[in-house]
Amino acid sequence: MKPRHLPKAQTSRKMTDTMPLPYLPNTEADRAAMLREIGVDSVDELFTDIPQSFRNGRFDLPAPLSELELKRELGQLADLNANLNDYACFLGAGSYRHFIPSTVGHIIGRSEFYTAYTPYQAEVSQGTLQSVYEFQSLICQLTGMEVSNAGMYDGSTSAAEAALMACAITNRSKVAVLSTVNPAYREVLDTYCRGKNLRLVTLELDSSDLPNDCACLIVQQPNYFGYFEGMETHVQKAHDAGALVIAIVDPISLGMFRPPGDYGVDIAVAEGQPLGVPMSFGGPYLGIFACRKEYVRRMPGRIVGKTVDVDGNAGYVMTLVTREQYIRRERATSNICTSESLMALAAAVYLAALGKRGLRHVAELCYHKAHYAARAIGKLKGYSLVFPQPFFKEFAVRCPLPPSEINHALFKKKIIGGLDISDLGENTMLFCVTEMNTRQDIDRLVKTLGAL
Amino acid sequence: MRHSYLLPDISRAGRIGCTLPELDVPPSEPPPEELMREELGLPEVSEVDLVRYFTALSKLNYGVDTGFYPLGSCTMKYNPKWHEDVARLPGFTELHPHQPEESVQGALELMYRLQEYLTEITGMNATSLVPVAGAHGEVAGLLMVKAYHQARGDKGRKRILLTDSSHGTNPASVAMCGLETGVVASDAKGDLDLNSLDSMMKEEVAALTLTMPSTLGLFDPKIAEIAELVHKRGGLLGGDGANLNALLGRAKFGELGFDYVQLNLHKTFSTPHGGGGPGSGPVCAREELVGFLPAPLVAKSNGKYRLVSPPSSIGKIASFYGNFGVMVKAYAYVRSLGPEELKQISGDAVLNANYLKEKLKPHYFLPYDRTCMHEVVFSGKKQKAKGVGTVDIAKRLLDYGLHPPTVYFPLIVSEALMTEPTETESKETLDRYIAAMEEIARDAVENPEILHNAPQNTPVRRMDEAKAFRQLDLRWEIRDEKQ
Amino acid sequence: MNPKEYKYTKDHEWLCPEGGNKGKMGLANYAQTQLGDIVFLDLPAPGTQVEQFKKMGEVESVKAVSDLFSPASGKVVEINQSAVDEPKLVNEDPYGDGWLVKLELSDPSELDALMGIDEYNKYEAEASAEGAD
Repeated sequence: MKPRHLPKAQTSRKMTDTMPLPYLPNTEADRAAMLREIGVDSVDELFTDIPQSFRNGRFDLPAPLSELELKRELGQLADLNANLNDYACFLGAGSYRHFIPSTVGHIIGRSEFYTAYTPYQAEVSQGTLQSVYEFQSLICQLTGMEVSNAGMYDGSTSAAEAALMACAITNRSKVAVLSTVNPAYREVLDTYCRGKNLRLVTLELDSSDLPNDCACLIVQQPNYFGYFEGMETHVQKAHDAGALVIAIVDPISLGMFRPPGDYGVDIAVAEGQPLGVPMSFGGPYLGIFACRKEYVRRMPGRIVGKTVDVDGNAGYVMTLVTREQYIRRERATSNICTSESLMALAAAVYLAALGKRGLRHVAELCYHKAHYAARAIGKLKGYSLVFPQPFFKEFAVRCPLPPSEINHALFKKKIIGGLDISDLGENTMLFCVTEMNTRQDIDRLVKTLGAL
Repeated sequence: MRHSYLLPDISRAGRIGCTLPELDVPPSEPPPEELMREELGLPEVSEVDLVRYFTALSKLNYGVDTGFYPLGSCTMKYNPKWHEDVARLPGFTELHPHQPEESVQGALELMYRLQEYLTEITGMNATSLVPVAGAHGEVAGLLMVKAYHQARGDKGRKRILLTDSSHGTNPASVAMCGLETGVVASDAKGDLDLNSLDSMMKEEVAALTLTMPSTLGLFDPKIAEIAELVHKRGGLLGGDGANLNALLGRAKFGELGFDYVQLNLHKTFSTPHGGGGPGSGPVCAREELVGFLPAPLVAKSNGKYRLVSPPSSIGKIASFYGNFGVMVKAYAYVRSLGPEELKQISGDAVLNANYLKEKLKPHYFLPYDRTCMHEVVFSGKKQKAKGVGTVDIAKRLLDYGLHPPTVYFPLIVSEALMTEPTETESKETLDRYIAAMEEIARDAVENPEILHNAPQNTPVRRMDEAKAFRQLDLRWEIRDEKQ
Repeated sequence: MNPKEYKYTKDHEWLCPEGGNKGKMGLANYAQTQLGDIVFLDLPAPGTQVEQFKKMGEVESVKAVSDLFSPASGKVVEINQSAVDEPKLVNEDPYGDGWLVKLELSDPSELDALMGIDEYNKYEAEASAEGAD
């Protein structure tokens, strides 16, 4: 797999051999002065700990380009993609297209936020720390859970970390997940569980009892197919078996629907991307992780707390750090070091910008538009809704043709159809409709489907 | 500069921070009552108040754009501005990860090229861009090690050796992978103790993982012997590439004998740290581990780019394909550099660190007095003897408008001050830092109170961390009267 | 300073014999100073069997976690709930209100393996000197 043919890239003719990089401020005179202070003759002499035979190998890279040329090259690469501003898109299944107010981009674009590191020096990191405290608060308010951490990698790894946490709390080594959970999440769970030598069992939605050696039951609300499950039953079943309940939720749905704190789950996790983070071909995203207060010391990741400084002024610090890898090393609750801080900031700004009315409105737009679309598609000849249960913004449709053919035809009309989930049901497509889809988009989709 | 109010303080019923469209389709039946939520306690804030609130918060932060930020092993180099612009092109941000492959060929081509460049820079055979952080890449690497031994039927290898100077994520990642740790000691020069390795490198050892150069900022000249010993006993050599910046254009992990290495695009490849993420932690592997890389990789055939899963992949470790937005910035950086530029970067990074070392050596104890690589680790123990801790030195630096180095790490150096200037700092900046550190060393003797009471000039002063722990206050709470 | 009737371990725990086969244990002053502000105690539940010099719990300060080792073998009969609720008691009064666990000793002769006051004072002084080095 070793590349011998590096991609053809433009080559640049350098005006002079000494054109410096703008990020390297040292001049030759500076270097000479510094070398004198150090007492060596050349920079190369500083590398003599590297054995001669390994030093100065050949690096086969294309010739470097300038900012101007690279902006052009990257613009061309970007133009090779079908960007969804030009398409009507009905994809969901873990990544969602939602409206992002401009305030979000402007605030996370402030370099005081994005060029800072993890806030180890609290005195000069109150901006990050207080934002995290806001984020934790907003997530608790949204999910109805008691405590939230500062953020995780993404929804799937949040779910996997929740499973590991449940095993640590219950001292059990079996993890149960419902088959209605996003398959990508189940794959990630499988990788993490195999790593940690835990057993992962997949249960059908209607399976009666939970084996009483399970640490947790992992459920999704609304589930992968978009419809709502009877959470009370799940919670009852798990708690009867002495297991914790981990619910994967859609944060936008919580503008309208019951939050996990309401139906008694122990750990709630979510993909935070819908809250002000662009789809960006799958990342960077944001894992949301909230739980009951009694488990706060078992939580993975960073947590920020409010306190006072020596003058008695309010301020914020990283707290409960003795859980974390840089203190507890192999006995830490997780190895995670990042908190996807900038994405958590985006989510905090998003939730604050929309507020209680805005988030509810967005959720209602999704709900009504998705139902409008589902009704119309369901009436088309050969198309039918697979599940009768109430749903939010996603729904599965049985199609008269293989979804790959349908999507191919739709793409020609500048429509990106639903996700082909034929591996889970014959000729089945998973559609997602959000506030980004106009009535014209939906009508065009329905018309095109009907004409196939 | 006090900023004690929070979002609920600027929330008033009826305010909102953005506009939203009206419903343009006929409404449907509402959902069943039992599914609906009754309250939603989110703040209601106007757009102008919202922007001012977060702008005020941003001013309480210190970033690379504010000033010198010599955090050891974090490589806080300058983040070029135009990278932010290209990463925000709609052709990159407005892409759904499930879009058909033919509609994302530009994104896949960028990923493919970045895989190739990183493979070349590290001297490996293939790269997976999936891990989203350094610690995530560590887990990927260790799972690959585990799968490799299992595939060979070599089932007894359950231990990972690491050094006593290793970062906390290293042992924590080992635990995440259901393996146990063994700690190899460092010798008096700060290198790996070969005798210690020899006695510990038994048949239950799956791999030795090394940060190279080490967190002491030192390159171990015995690397070839180390690799040979590990391989001879059937183990693998894993690399933590946190400090790759020192080796750019100088040496390749693959040639040094490493079987895999995990990188940090947010360190070496100049993508911003974001206040603690997002990062990106690609893992690069040699031939024997390529088949185990985390899925998916980008492959090219007949001029088309596709996502593929390696034959014996450890599986999926994230929802999608990695932090693509971060990859765009790293790609922009790598394409600005040729072999000469790579060498200049490592050259200036190492030159700057050695300059700091020479200039500060008279004032601070230097536990390993030899040529360092990209960072230098001092000990504050001379000052500690006078009752001034490293924490006081760090806090006093804040009063000079400078960010302190990493403190109290690595653990094998008491009162450690781990200083990484990076190549993007000028000699004048280093001289300002040196002058401040000299003055602080003087004050530690003549005027220790000023250090104990530092900082004075920051938005808040030293925080009561014990109170934060003992009286947990992790959120505000507002009640929603009525939906 | 260090009470003279107590016995000490090399890990800076103390044991105070309390008549019969009972004993009370806690952290020595040196240990609490080294740890700094103690914020959390993870103590074994009453009824737990503990072994001499084996880990029995954890003590957390703001930036460190330390294992707590039992100075003697036996059964945990009581833990200091006030200290669990308010760990700073351990900083304020390590030999009094900041005690941690009451034990029923299974083998009182084990106490011979602990240091007496003179030996411990010397040991503590050496430890302090090393720390300041």
